[in-house]
Amino acid sequence: MSQGVGIVGLYVRDQDEALKFYVEKLGFRVHTDSRNGDYRWLTVQHPDQPSFQLGLYKPGPPVLDAATAQTLSEIVAKGAMPPLVLVVDDCRVAYKRMHAAGVEFTQEPVTRYGSTDASFRDPSGNGWKLIEARKGAA
Amino acid sequence: MTGHTSQDPELLRRLLRAKDRMDVASHEEWPVERLARVSRVSKAHFARSFKDAFGVPPHRYLLTRRIERARTLLRDTELSITDIAFQTGWKSLGTFGRIFRDITGESPGQLRTREKATPHELDRVPACYLSAAHRPNLINAVSEKRRREAKVKNKATR
Repeated sequence: MSQGVGIVGLYVRDQDEALKFYVEKLGFRVHTDSRNGDYRWLTVQHPDQPSFQLGLYKPGPPVLDAATAQTLSEIVAKGAMPPLVLVVDDCRVAYKRMHAAGVEFTQEPVTRYGSTDASFRDPSGNGWKLIEARKGAA
Repeated sequence: MTGHTSQDPELLRRLLRAKDRMDVASHEEWPVERLARVSRVSKAHFARSFKDAFGVPPHRYLLTRRIERARTLLRDTELSITDIAFQTGWKSLGTFGRIFRDITGESPGQLRTREKATPHELDRVPACYLSAAHRPNLINAVSEKRRREAKVKNKATR
């Protein structure tokens, strides 16, 4: 596939902390980590999804002014950013592994409507749903 | 209405933890002391900061979550209304019915009948996010609403 969405970014409060979280606790890989002064372009990738990058950006200068950056930091910390979904083969197995790694779960795995899901947050406050892929779904 | 007050993101992240805990266990009792402990702030500081951050006082937020949960159970299960009341954290069926009506404008039984008769087209939304779409928008305190309605009634009869 050569067309489609390539990068979607998240705002995080600390890029080092986010990097550690997404790589060490969730098993993502670093795709690009490039700095220019205060600016740092950081993206990670799910090992099964080579065509998609998740950007981990800190709101701030030089891209944003201090007041805008403060507002965005507050929104992220309140958990008000849009929901994210991480699809896994087995929700309970993934939960066990991630929980043991110290991921902050906000909901333990629950099976409902024929699927199992759990919820967790990254250190910044971004909320993820951990959803089990439906068997036989495309 | 006061304007936006800037809050420390680090504090907000801890307040979010208390909100998350209410979300996942809204049937439990959540006195301010317990919530403040989760957020690692004083009781007085907690109540004020929570309202600044999320727009409603913590107790009112809890009520919206309980009503939301009750609505889901009314719609998706065959549980009796009594069972639903107790499962969602109410100590009395009467209080549940009254607050439910105050917030949604209909009784639990009416809502169930109506919801079951209406086909839904939300199959493509992950089920776990659906409940949020049905969250009641509780801007005014339930007691305020009741007072306002009483006033209107009084005027009408005058």
